[in-house]
Amino acid sequence: MENEKTEIISAKYITEQTNHMEYQPGMDNIGSEVQDEVISRMNAYDADAYMAADVLRALRKDVLSPEDFGALLSPAALPFLEQMAQRAQAETRKHFGNSVQMFTPLYIANYCENYCIYCGFNCHNKIRRAKLDMDEVEQELKAIAETGLQEILILTGESRAMSPVSYIGEAVKLARKYFRVIGIEIYPLNVDEYAYLHECGVDYVTVFQETYDDQKYKTLHLGGHKRIFPYRLNAQERALMGGMRGVGFAALLGLSDFRKDAFATGLHAYLLQRKYPHAEIAFSCPRLRPIINNDKINPKDVHEPQLLQVVCAYRIFMPFASITISTRERAGFRDNIIGIAATKISAGVDVGIGGHSGEDKGDEQFEISDGRSVDEVYQAICDHGLQPVMADYLYV
Amino acid sequence: MKDTLVIGGHEFQSRFILGSGKYSLDLINAAVQNAGAQIITLALRRANEGGTANILDYIPEGVTLLPNTSGARNADEAVRIARLSRACGCGDFVKIEIMRDSKYLLPDNQETIRATEILANEGFVVMPYMYPDLNVARDLVNAGAASIMPLAAPIGTNKGLATREFIKILIDEIDLPIIVDAGIGRPSQACEAMEMGAAAIMANTAIATAGDIPAMAEAFKQAIEAGRTAYLAGLGRVRETASASSPLTGFLQD
Repeated sequence: MENEKTEIISAKYITEQTNHMEYQPGMDNIGSEVQDEVISRMNAYDADAYMAADVLRALRKDVLSPEDFGALLSPAALPFLEQMAQRAQAETRKHFGNSVQMFTPLYIANYCENYCIYCGFNCHNKIRRAKLDMDEVEQELKAIAETGLQEILILTGESRAMSPVSYIGEAVKLARKYFRVIGIEIYPLNVDEYAYLHECGVDYVTVFQETYDDQKYKTLHLGGHKRIFPYRLNAQERALMGGMRGVGFAALLGLSDFRKDAFATGLHAYLLQRKYPHAEIAFSCPRLRPIINNDKINPKDVHEPQLLQVVCAYRIFMPFASITISTRERAGFRDNIIGIAATKISAGVDVGIGGHSGEDKGDEQFEISDGRSVDEVYQAICDHGLQPVMADYLYV
Repeated sequence: MKDTLVIGGHEFQSRFILGSGKYSLDLINAAVQNAGAQIITLALRRANEGGTANILDYIPEGVTLLPNTSGARNADEAVRIARLSRACGCGDFVKIEIMRDSKYLLPDNQETIRATEILANEGFVVMPYMYPDLNVARDLVNAGAASIMPLAAPIGTNKGLATREFIKILIDEIDLPIIVDAGIGRPSQACEAMEMGAAAIMANTAIATAGDIPAMAEAFKQAIEAGRTAYLAGLGRVRETASASSPLTGFLQD
């Protein structure tokens, strides 16, 4: 007989005093095999130790090792950015042809129980909070579906109390009526919760680790479930164990040493793909953006060349992976990077709550740089000689 | 004499099949007009039910749709996708693609046999994509397949006939049409496969990523026709060992 499952501890009990490396009551602990390898190899990664010859050797290889991936992420690779872009483009063409997938995020709630000092949604930031009821969710879904999109990414702020799994599940069931492909970007779940949401219609789960440097992590995530580093890091594996088709990875570039974080992100995806060969792998490549009530936050050393370097390194290391380019970036950057390495782009984005079908009733998470509509992005894709694809998956 | 490709009782003049994966209107037009394709693969997972850029809208009249089950990870999912395809009006043809590996997209032969049997029993014209293994090919024949589609090289790699020797064995031993699928990167490779006795070639990436799509489609058409003609003309097999001009056995009399 299975024991009654313990409820996950309330977020309010996790504070700055809580050991960020210790699982809390109710949280699934699936072991740390993958995590340990990611962290130990990231710690051993010395970006400054690479030379031009290492970069060129990596670029000559058909299939790259994690070591080669490290070389492409190193400062020594920056002078070879054009060559990396050429190679990345060839890989993208080989695996994706000229297709670019389109989608939009739908924020259904922005309540949050975490205190993450860089995030606009954090629980101490005074912003307008909102949560859509199911009628409102349906209105938003309808409005988005009318733009022609068939893939949707459902997001909430991270509040188990205000946006419980059951609430998200109901929203997903509604989304199934209007969309072919559903992803979620919500707080990390236990295996059975992922299995439930998969049954409701979700195929893709994205969790941003933000940074893989746990010492930095604990200084940025001062309270709430998110403070628990290993529970977040192992979310993708739990999602796969719950039956999800694909998982997305991201470090928020600029929070910590972005080269180490990008290396860890790639390695994390690489190790999980080896362990779960059927898993579809996706990367997002966000840089820090300014948020409401904290204009000191700005991308520091991750400029566009560095961002392109990271994106190209992901592509060359894992040529089959989907790469999403965020509306955090300006239109000109996004339009060009889909011709090189990115394969997925959002459009008609509203990062507030309720803005697709009416007035935003909750504030946005961050400032976006590319506010173009679905039609505009669709046209931009065509103008670059590429093919917009509205759905590339089938829920089975 | 008429040289036609017969798959599940249907006759085709063309021996070029356009694969799915990388689609555009230009590519489909080139495949039909320049390469003479009569069969076009359709990834059902990308066929929109309405909405914009519906691939179904691109398919010209008179072309046979070959929906595939890409995205399926096991036989059950493939069967579900095939049934959905038939229900959507995509016809009875189905190309089975079952992948348990997101990196190389190699087909799962065991699950493919299982799906072939189920779907053939339901009246589908089943064309399984497989890793070239003679025993599996025989099982697929017994399961009711209408053709066998061995891969030449991993999908999208354009590496040509990496599995040449094993495809040859299938051509020699299996009575169904052997259609070489995946990995054909150049017209010369398509020609080589046809010379060996392949019944048809499926390609996509090689044409989709060419600088001049219609010209490359045309080149594939010519290569496939040349290879087919050479095969029918009775091309001598290239021998593994040299044949001496003064053979050791030349002394024999009577």
